[in-house]
Amino acid sequence: MSHAEGHLPSDATAGIAQGVGARLTRKEDDRFMRGRGQYVADIRIAGLQDIAFVRSPLAHARIRGIHVLERFRDVVFTAADLTGVKPIRAVSGLPGFKISEQPVLATGKVRHVGELVAMCVAPSRAEAEDIAASVTLDLEELPAVYDMLGARDAGTALVHEHWGDNVFLESAFEVDITRAFDAPIKVTREISTARQCMSPLEGRGVVATFDHRLDQLTLYTGAQMPHIVRNGLSDCLDIEQGRIRIVSPDIGGGFGHKGILLPEEVCLAWLTMRKGCAVRWIEDRREHLTASANCREHHYRITVYADRDGRLRGIDCEATVDSGAYSSYPFSACLEAAQVASILPGPYRMPAYRCRTFSVATNKCPILPYRGVARTGVCFALEIMLDAVAVAAGIEPGEVRLRNLVSPDEMPFDNITRKHFDSGDYPQAMRRALAAIDIASVRARQRTREADGRLIGVGLSIYCEQAAHGTSVYAGWGIPMVPGHEQANARMTPDGGLEIRVGVHSHGQGLETTLAQIAYEILGIETNKVRVVHGDTALTPYSTGTWGSRSMVMAGGAVATACIEIGERAKRIGAKLLQLDPAMVTLRDGRVCGPNSSIALAEVAHTWYRRPQDLPPDVDPGGLESTSGYKPQRDSGTFSYAAHAVTVAVDPDLGEVEILDYVIVEDGGVLVNPMIVDGQIYGGLAQGIGTALYEEMPFDSAGQPLATTLADYLLPGPAEVPEPRLDHMETPSPYTMFGVKGIGEGGAIAPPAAIANAVNDALRPLGVELLHSPMSPRRIVEAVLAARRAERPAA
Amino acid sequence: MKAAAFAYERPTDLSATLALMARANGTAKLIAGGQSLGPMLNLRLVEPDLIIDISGLSELKWADRRGDELVIGACVTHGDIEDGRIPDVTRGAMQRVAGAIAYRAVRNRGTIGGSLSHADPAADWVSALSALRAQVALRSAAGARDLPVERFVTGALESALRPGEIVEAVRVPAMAASARWGYVKACRKIGEFAHAIAAVLIDPEQATARVVIGAVEAAPIVLADAAALFGGRITGDFERQFDARVADAILTKAGLANAADRHIHVAVLRRAIGEAASA
Repeated sequence: MSHAEGHLPSDATAGIAQGVGARLTRKEDDRFMRGRGQYVADIRIAGLQDIAFVRSPLAHARIRGIHVLERFRDVVFTAADLTGVKPIRAVSGLPGFKISEQPVLATGKVRHVGELVAMCVAPSRAEAEDIAASVTLDLEELPAVYDMLGARDAGTALVHEHWGDNVFLESAFEVDITRAFDAPIKVTREISTARQCMSPLEGRGVVATFDHRLDQLTLYTGAQMPHIVRNGLSDCLDIEQGRIRIVSPDIGGGFGHKGILLPEEVCLAWLTMRKGCAVRWIEDRREHLTASANCREHHYRITVYADRDGRLRGIDCEATVDSGAYSSYPFSACLEAAQVASILPGPYRMPAYRCRTFSVATNKCPILPYRGVARTGVCFALEIMLDAVAVAAGIEPGEVRLRNLVSPDEMPFDNITRKHFDSGDYPQAMRRALAAIDIASVRARQRTREADGRLIGVGLSIYCEQAAHGTSVYAGWGIPMVPGHEQANARMTPDGGLEIRVGVHSHGQGLETTLAQIAYEILGIETNKVRVVHGDTALTPYSTGTWGSRSMVMAGGAVATACIEIGERAKRIGAKLLQLDPAMVTLRDGRVCGPNSSIALAEVAHTWYRRPQDLPPDVDPGGLESTSGYKPQRDSGTFSYAAHAVTVAVDPDLGEVEILDYVIVEDGGVLVNPMIVDGQIYGGLAQGIGTALYEEMPFDSAGQPLATTLADYLLPGPAEVPEPRLDHMETPSPYTMFGVKGIGEGGAIAPPAAIANAVNDALRPLGVELLHSPMSPRRIVEAVLAARRAERPAA
Repeated sequence: MKAAAFAYERPTDLSATLALMARANGTAKLIAGGQSLGPMLNLRLVEPDLIIDISGLSELKWADRRGDELVIGACVTHGDIEDGRIPDVTRGAMQRVAGAIAYRAVRNRGTIGGSLSHADPAADWVSALSALRAQVALRSAAGARDLPVERFVTGALESALRPGEIVEAVRVPAMAASARWGYVKACRKIGEFAHAIAAVLIDPEQATARVVIGAVEAAPIVLADAAALFGGRITGDFERQFDARVADAILTKAGLANAADRHIHVAVLRRAIGEAASA
């Protein structure tokens, strides 16, 4: 195939549905499927030098010395060289939050394995690694804080000495908990989720260069939130924002990891200005696993109170999150744990509730927000507890959920932590999931013996996914980033095309397609004539970027608003050209239409740009370009949700779990492109299966990460991820443009809970209950053996 | 994760290879498929002065049936065996083992001789070829010798290879028509290194049983006469006679202290025996 062939304009969209709700093929896939995406590692700049970092081999140590060979003195840089560079500070305004300062190169102490100590510059990465290997560290090892529960004990080593303890933040929420204490059913469990690594296909990477003509630092970095990176860099380097340009090209998976300001980014920005040459750092898989991208490590001590019919009387919980050594920018070290307190009750009604949370500092790399953020752990804990209540009450788990879920006639609903649910029919989603998984036939099958000796189990989970959190939600957190009005710029081109500029970033979400669909919905301009520009602070309006499943709601709303504005202006120009009163024209199919005549938007654009002499005298001087801001009518977030149901076969001898059937009933409000939503769910499910069964980053008591390659850190592959059966409901949000809701994370939230419940359902005849993710073969076999020993006490 | 600098030679025949190895005096590493050595170089777990690439040696890329055995050149890939590009004397056993090694991309490049030389206890050939009573043909500038696979693999990542010595070929005896083969491994996902391997070659007519328990973080446990596992003698109902307590005791004696580990190994062994019984 000739190279040019792929660049021919596609006519594939002509005549097919392209607006909101169309299953349009993704525009961006043309370049991705041909291997023509451009990632940070693809960027070439003359004279580019590669960076390798000297990283701490110890989890906790005092730095006595860093020894650099004489011949490498001018290509190795340590904290002592970085004069004027400030540490990364991600402060939370929540009362009692203790501040950590993350030096971009270690100063005084190292606080986790993999912490940056020195950077080495060479013409190639291999040579830079040679130099890094020649640097010797004189470290005085200190006791490592490796266990978040022990970290709160008196006398434990301190990650940040001046704090006096190891707690970033303690938070609490309480409503009438004592009224639950006389409930006839009381179940208590200790539940935890392993530390994980996000593991997108592409790791982090940075290319930094300085443009003297523009007097501007340009940082190419895979960033979900380019404008936030600029804020952070400007703070650390103390240079004005206008002198910084962040370019975020194609990204091979973000999941939260690429929403974080990295010390590496600050280092390279400083270095290119110091040395005058372009510099590059591409994260390798070992760096990714051991020194970054950690997530998910939660622990719950939780008691659920219920009546005999399974109705919830209250939940009492103490939750701890291992936040690692530093507070990451901009989300802070407490977003995860503090959120637990407010989101634990989920979509259930209950009259009493108490939750205390601890964000604990340890000698591990900082915990970062991973797709689903706190919700995956919360869903795991709560849904396991719902099954425990079902067992205690002798009621089907599905029935217990149906008795406690918020009902559609209560919508909009404020739950016990005052989360405002905009819309939805949770019981219906659960009933549809139960019907699809055919719970009755699974129960019948369980009563017969499997020929291969395996045990069958069925598990459920349901969750709510608050998305597109707005100003009112984030102002309370007081972190360095609070989303306000989301802006988009839309500009018609003289030939009738449309350019859209947004500050969010698309890296798997398909925004280059879905934002074009929204523009088409408003203006009727064919989606193949709509270009979405993103990922460059020089070209796009300010935005907090892509996080929290917000882009479709926020940027989609902003694009619609900007397009509506352009449409109004185009109608006035069109009316003049049609010699009609502006009140008589409408916009339809890309044309300004009067009662008997019409004119194409392309002609209106041609007139504005190329024949201004034909414009009406009172034309809006803003023309066919608009930067418009948008917020939903209520910015407390959209609530999408899904019910998951899974059937598994568990081999009690080998501890292997096979997923036999997986059903997802999802309600994300109005879907702009249902095919893209399906893709989001498939990807999320794969990650959820990883959490449930495979992924774990263990540490030893010296704080050493033990899964340092992908041979040890197991990710599910194609053979481990079954094709789920999807069912969609569509309850519009009353607050957003088109009724859309954020849905980006949901797929990753519910699977660990549903699979855990299914495994426990299968193993219940053996007296086994697993409460820790991942449910690895080893954990299952150990639990089975322990249950056998308990059943057969020593003679 | 970039390899430290090394010199690279790509000899065109075996004698040149052996001469290079003799001169290097132990500071050289052979690379064939590179499926284990490649990552180890990049992780800087090994930093040899010299890499000798033998993937171009046609002398190591053939296989031939000679009398009652199959001789397989060291550079024959797992994929060659999986795809049936070499003769079969094991009634499909080797083909099935090869087809389940790691991923196809690994099988395309990884070689049988490389896998044995690397001597990873969790690798398939180390256990499977021990059970099949295979021999390795070794060669150095000083001469040639043969070793049974179970004596060639001496420990985790340890073999009987001497400095300057290379695995030239693997010799696999033809499987008797009355023999029953079973091979089972426990992996958490497709392509992962095994956590437990059992390979059994049982011949009720001859009343013999050869059992290998692999992936034990050491050289595999080879029971050349495994009658003790079956109540003292091998009969047609060997599956029913299998005594898991004996297997568990053997594993305990071999140093497997963890009960869950032993449980998984015994379960895998039981399944391999079951596979042999139904073969």
